[in-house]
Amino acid sequence: MATVAEQWVLVEMVQALYEAPAYHLILEGILILWIIRLLFSKTYKLQERSDLTVKEKEELIEEWQPEPLVPPVSKDHPALNYNIVSGPPSHNIVVNGKECINFASFNFLGLLDNPRLKAAALASLKKYGVGTCGPRGFYGTFDVHLDLEDRLAKFMKTEEAIIYSYGFATIASAIPAYSKRGDIVFVDKAACFAIQKGLQASRSDIKLFNHNDMDDLQRLLKEQEIEDQKNPRKARVTRRFIVVEGLYMNTGTICPLPELVKLKYRYKARIFLEESLSFGVLGEHGRGVTEHFGIDIDDIDLISANMENSLASIGGFCCGRSFVIDHQRLSGQGYCFSASLPPLLAAAAIEALNIMEENPGIFAVLKEKCKRIHKALQGISGLKVVGESISPAFHLQLEESTGCRERDVKLLQEIVTQCMDRGIALTLARYLEKEEKYLPPPSIRVVVTVEQTEEELEKAATTISKVAQTVLL
Amino acid sequence: MRTEPGGCCCRRPVRANDCVANGEVRNGYVRSSAASAAAAASQIHHVTQNGGLYKRPFNEGFEETPMLVAVLTYVGYGVLTLFGYLRDFLRHWRIEKCHHATEREEQKDFVSLYQDFENFYTRNLYMRIRDNWNRPICSVPGARVDIMERQSHDYNWSFKYTGNVIKDVINMGSYNYLGFARNTGPCQEAAAKVLEEYGVGVCSTRQEIGNLDKHEELEKLVASFLGVEAAMTYGMGFATNSMNIPALVSKGCLILSDELNHASLVLGARLSGATIRVFKHNNMQSLEKLLKDAIVYGQPRTRRPWKKILILVEGIYSMEGSIVRLPEVIALKKKYKAYLYLDEAHSIGALGPTGRGVVDYFGLDPEDVDIMMGTFTKSFGASGGYIGGKKELIDYLRTHSHSAVYATSLSPPVVEQIITSMKCIMGQDGTTLGKECIQQLAENVRYFRRRLKNMGFIIYGNEDSPVVPLMLYMPAKIGAFGREMLKRNIGVVVVGFPATPIIESRARFCLSAAHTKEMLDTILFPYRLLQRSE
Repeated sequence: MATVAEQWVLVEMVQALYEAPAYHLILEGILILWIIRLLFSKTYKLQERSDLTVKEKEELIEEWQPEPLVPPVSKDHPALNYNIVSGPPSHNIVVNGKECINFASFNFLGLLDNPRLKAAALASLKKYGVGTCGPRGFYGTFDVHLDLEDRLAKFMKTEEAIIYSYGFATIASAIPAYSKRGDIVFVDKAACFAIQKGLQASRSDIKLFNHNDMDDLQRLLKEQEIEDQKNPRKARVTRRFIVVEGLYMNTGTICPLPELVKLKYRYKARIFLEESLSFGVLGEHGRGVTEHFGIDIDDIDLISANMENSLASIGGFCCGRSFVIDHQRLSGQGYCFSASLPPLLAAAAIEALNIMEENPGIFAVLKEKCKRIHKALQGISGLKVVGESISPAFHLQLEESTGCRERDVKLLQEIVTQCMDRGIALTLARYLEKEEKYLPPPSIRVVVTVEQTEEELEKAATTISKVAQTVLL
Repeated sequence: MRTEPGGCCCRRPVRANDCVANGEVRNGYVRSSAASAAAAASQIHHVTQNGGLYKRPFNEGFEETPMLVAVLTYVGYGVLTLFGYLRDFLRHWRIEKCHHATEREEQKDFVSLYQDFENFYTRNLYMRIRDNWNRPICSVPGARVDIMERQSHDYNWSFKYTGNVIKDVINMGSYNYLGFARNTGPCQEAAAKVLEEYGVGVCSTRQEIGNLDKHEELEKLVASFLGVEAAMTYGMGFATNSMNIPALVSKGCLILSDELNHASLVLGARLSGATIRVFKHNNMQSLEKLLKDAIVYGQPRTRRPWKKILILVEGIYSMEGSIVRLPEVIALKKKYKAYLYLDEAHSIGALGPTGRGVVDYFGLDPEDVDIMMGTFTKSFGASGGYIGGKKELIDYLRTHSHSAVYATSLSPPVVEQIITSMKCIMGQDGTTLGKECIQQLAENVRYFRRRLKNMGFIIYGNEDSPVVPLMLYMPAKIGAFGREMLKRNIGVVVVGFPATPIIESRARFCLSAAHTKEMLDTILFPYRLLQRSE
C-alpha cells in the first residue's frame, strides 16, 4: 500500500482543503492558534503560587533570625575540662599533676612505651619523615603499608588485609562499602558508635536485636524469611548482613560466635565482625574471638579491628578473603579519600605484631590478671562489675541508680577523682548522650594491662572499695 | 601584588559564569553590593573589575572543551564500552580466563555481594590503566621520590615487584606544598625527641585519658596561627569533616554545599540529617538564589523557617584548581545571616603572603569565617585536622564532637611535627625558612602555569593555585600520559571518571616549594613534543 501513500501529493491536499466545510476549517484554525498560545505562555510553577512581591521577600529576609551556631555550654559541663596528661600515657601516668597507675588507657599488652616499638618508629621516621602527603592512590602507598597489610593477613590467616589511617573510620567506611540502600543489616543493640555511624552512612534497613540474644536475632531472621517468600524477586537482590563485635566495648561481653555462624548459613546472611577490643586479647595467639571459639576464619566475611588498643599504634585494618577486601580499595571512603597512615605508625604496628608473635604467653598472663581483678572487685558495696571475667576492659556501674543520670554521673566522677588522688587513674566511660541509640548506663571504665603487677591490682581493688564506701554511703 | 589589568588574561572563549570578560562585570550581585562593601570600610586598594570586594585580581578560567575533542572522547569511550561487553561475554563463556576473585563455594547461594553492572567500569576500563595509580614508593615523598618497580603479566590484574627501584623520580603528585615532607632537619629532630619520650600511640580518646599536654600546646598554636580565639585538633582530616558537621547541624537546618565539594564534606552533610542543596561550582548567583529562596520559602512542605543555614565551601578545590570567591561568599553570608564553614585542606599554608590560607590571600578578617577547618596533611607534612573559631564553638565541639568522645587523639610525634612546621611558617623558630618556602611556592606556581599556558595546553583553575589540572580528555591519553611521564622519570597523577566528569579527564600537578626551577624545566621539556599547534 506504499503507492497509495505516495499519491497523497500536495495538490490533492490543497484540493481537500477547499472541499472541507467552513466550520471544520474554523475549528482547526482556532485549535492551532490555541496551541501556539500555550507554547509561548509562561510555564506555571506550583511553587510560586503565593507570588510574593520583591518587597515582601526582602522583609522576610530581614525578619528571619537563625539560631545561634552552637548552643551555649555551661562552665561546669562534665566533659568540658579534659584531664591533662603530662608526658606519655604509659603505665605510670601523670594526670592533672598527680602520679597514678594507669587503669584507663587501652594499652592491653603494655606496648605503649616498649623500646622496640620506639626504635622501629624512629628508624621509619629517619627514612620517611612523618606524613605521607597523599592518599593511597596518589603516591601515598609506602612499602611499609604493603608490609603491614601482608603481616596482618598472615597473622590472622586470611588472604588479604587493608589498612586505614584512623580506627574510627575503619568500620565506619567498611560497612557502607558493601551495604547499600535496600539491603538489610541485623545489628546488636550494644554496638559501638563507629558501627552506628557506618550503618547511618549506608542507608540500609537496620534491624536491632537484643544484646547477645540469639533467640531475638533468630526471630528477626525468621520474620525476614517470611517477607522474602512474599516477594521473592526483591529477596534475590537484597543483601543481608549481621554486624557484631567480638568483645563489646559498652558491656565487656563476648558475642556467641558459634551460634551466629550457624544462623549465618541457615538464613544466608554475611557476618561482619568488629574486633577492636578482642584483637590481641582473646584466643591462644591473640587472633581474636574466632581463635577463642575455634571457628574457621573463612566463615567470617569481614573482620575489622583498630590498631589503637593492643597494637599501641594508630589506625585500623580489615581482613578477610580477597573477594571481599579488594572491593574496599575503590569504594572505602576512608581509604580512597584520605591520606594514608604515617609510616612511623605502620612500622610501630609491624614491630608490635612481631612482639605478639614472639611472646604468645602474654595473652594467658593478661587473662589471669583480668580474672584476678574481677574477683577482687566483686564484693564492693554500691558498685557492680559489668563484663566477662576475661575481658580486660570492663565497667563498674552503680548497683542502684539514684534515678537521675546527671546525679549518677556526678557520683561516679567523684569516685574517679578520689581514686586519682590516691594514685589510681580511672576514667568515666564517655558517651554522646543525645546521639546514642541505646545509651548505656553511666559507668567507670577499668582497663587491665599486662604491665600491672599483683600489688598494683590489689591496691586498685582496695582503693576503689574504700572510695566507693565513702562516696556512696 | 601583580597589577595586571582586571579580568582574565585569556585569549580563548571562556564559560561566562566563571570568569570575568574584559571590562565587563558578569557577576551582577557584586555591582549592587559594592556600595555596602565600601561602607563596611574594608580598605580597598584596587577597585578591580571584579567589584569593590576584591583587593587583587581574581583570574580563574575553565576553558570550554573543543568540539572535536569532545566528540572523539565520546567515541573513545564508546569503543571501550563495546570491547568491555565483548570481554565480559568471553569471560562468561570461559573463552577468556577470569582473573578476579570469586565467592566461596559454601556461600554461592547467598545473595551476591556485588552487582555485576556496578563493576563494569572497574573491570573493563579502570583495570587496563590501573598501573598509573597506587604506585608504591620507598622514600620520603619530597620533591624527588623512589618508586618501586612493578610488572604485570596479566594486563594489570596482578602485580609483581621486580625488586628494582626507580630512583629520583620528580614527584608531582604528593601534596607537599611547602616542602615539609623531609626526613632531616629541625622538624624531624623534634619529632624524634618526642617519639623517644612519649612513644607512638595514645590508646584513649580525648575525653577520657588521651588528652596530652602536647595536644593543648598544639591547639593554642593553631589558634594563634589562624588568628581565631580557639582551635581543636583531630586525628584524621577526613574524620574532622564527617564527625563535626553532624555535631553542628541537624534535622531542620539547611546546608548549601558547592557542587564539587570533597567526599568528606558530602558524607558529613549526609550524616547530619540536614537538608542539602547544591549550588553551581563557585557561582555566587546560584548561591544567592538558593539563600533567598531558602529564607523566603522556608522548609519544604511545612514552610517553617530554617533553624540555621550553613554554607560549605573549600579554599582550593583539588580537582579543579579553583579558589573559592571568599569575599563574595562572606558578603552573602552577612547579608542573609548564614554560617560559613570553610574547608582549607589544600589552601592552608599554600596561599597567602604569610601562608595563613585563603583568608590571608584575600586580606580578609578570620573572624568573618564562622568555622575554619583544615588539615595538617598537605602543607605541614603530618596528618590530622583542625577546626578553629570562636571560643563558644570550640567549647561546644569539645563536649559534643563525635571524635572527642569516641576516637583516638593525635599521635605525639605527629603533633610535634605540626608544632615545629607551624612555628617555622610563622617565623617563630628564628629563621626565614618559612617565608622563603611560601615565596618559592608562589614563584613556582606562576612560572609553571605561565609556561604551560604559553605552550597551548588547557589549564583549569585560578592563576595562584598550586594545584594545576592539565586537561587530557581522551581515555587513552590518561594511561599513555602517566606511563610516558614515568619513563622520563617524572611521576604525575592522572584522574578520570568517576572523580571527574566523563569527558574531562586530566593530569593534576601539585607544585611544591621543594621543586627547583631546573626540575620544573625538566618536566616542561617533554611537553614541547606534545604541544598543540596554535
